[in-house]
Amino acid sequence: MKFDVTITISLKEGMLDPEASAIKNAITNLGYPTESLRTARLFRIRLDANDREAAKAMAQKMCERLLANPVIHRYEIEVAG
Amino acid sequence: MRFAVIQFGGSNCDRDVQYVLSDVCGVDVDLVWYKERLLRPYDAVVLPGGFSYGDYLRAGAIAARTPIMDDVTRHAAGGALVLGICNGAQILAETGLVPGVFTINAYPKFICRWVHVRVENAASPFTSEFQKGDVIRIPIAHAEGRYVATADAVGSLNTGDRIAFRFCDNKGSITDEANPNGAAENITGVLSKTGNVLAMMPHPERASEAVLGSTDGKKIFDSMIHHIEQKA
Repeated sequence: MKFDVTITISLKEGMLDPEASAIKNAITNLGYPTESLRTARLFRIRLDANDREAAKAMAQKMCERLLANPVIHRYEIEVAG
Repeated sequence: MRFAVIQFGGSNCDRDVQYVLSDVCGVDVDLVWYKERLLRPYDAVVLPGGFSYGDYLRAGAIAARTPIMDDVTRHAAGGALVLGICNGAQILAETGLVPGVFTINAYPKFICRWVHVRVENAASPFTSEFQKGDVIRIPIAHAEGRYVATADAVGSLNTGDRIAFRFCDNKGSITDEANPNGAAENITGVLSKTGNVLAMMPHPERASEAVLGSTDGKKIFDSMIHHIEQKA
């Protein structure tokens, strides 16, 4: 079966996010008072798996083996389809 | 004695390292395209700087998952010396041959300039030509060079004497002002547990001839050569 998996990878709480700080400053300069801003990276993957659990397990392996770096990242996986 | 310098798509310091090893230091060097794998044993393997895979995903992340890195890991396990410079350091961290990660600079721009680093361990195969505490002058050129590791990992680097270099000022003081990228504890050279793998952000190949402004970097290659000669 085909599944659409969405993986969101972001920095762990407390990790310095220089890109987010720069963007937050720019947004504030545009006149939008912004209390906090975090960035994340989103992957949309269509894959073949026997069932939803298998699709999620496969996505988890992808995160562990390539997409995320466990030193700095956390990730969330959503499976649709 | 034979060195391998591995070329990935996007490596751009490969020929500089080859030139310094062969023409300045006088050792045999093979430039090895990553798809060719390491087909013979080498005494030392160098992962040069550059932008492998365009720094996509994270600097070094994709190169770290290529099959030739299995060969590099096997060499490291067998006691060969493995040196990762800049992008090479990022690849070694992504491979897990050294702990932690080199990530986006605290001030997120590309920094290309001369810095001072202090030699923290002069007993490693990469640093034996120095004295502990030596302050050396060497260039950096990176946007993702901020060393980050868990508190536990940094703790064991300290207790295990596995920090080769820290950013310092010209007097050797380890200060925030002398830390160009926000690295944890100013760390910019990390040794593996076994001591035969070094990941460093500064470029020793750019400081290996007087005409370039410093020969401090050459001592790293000389240390490696000396270590290999002694083993033979």
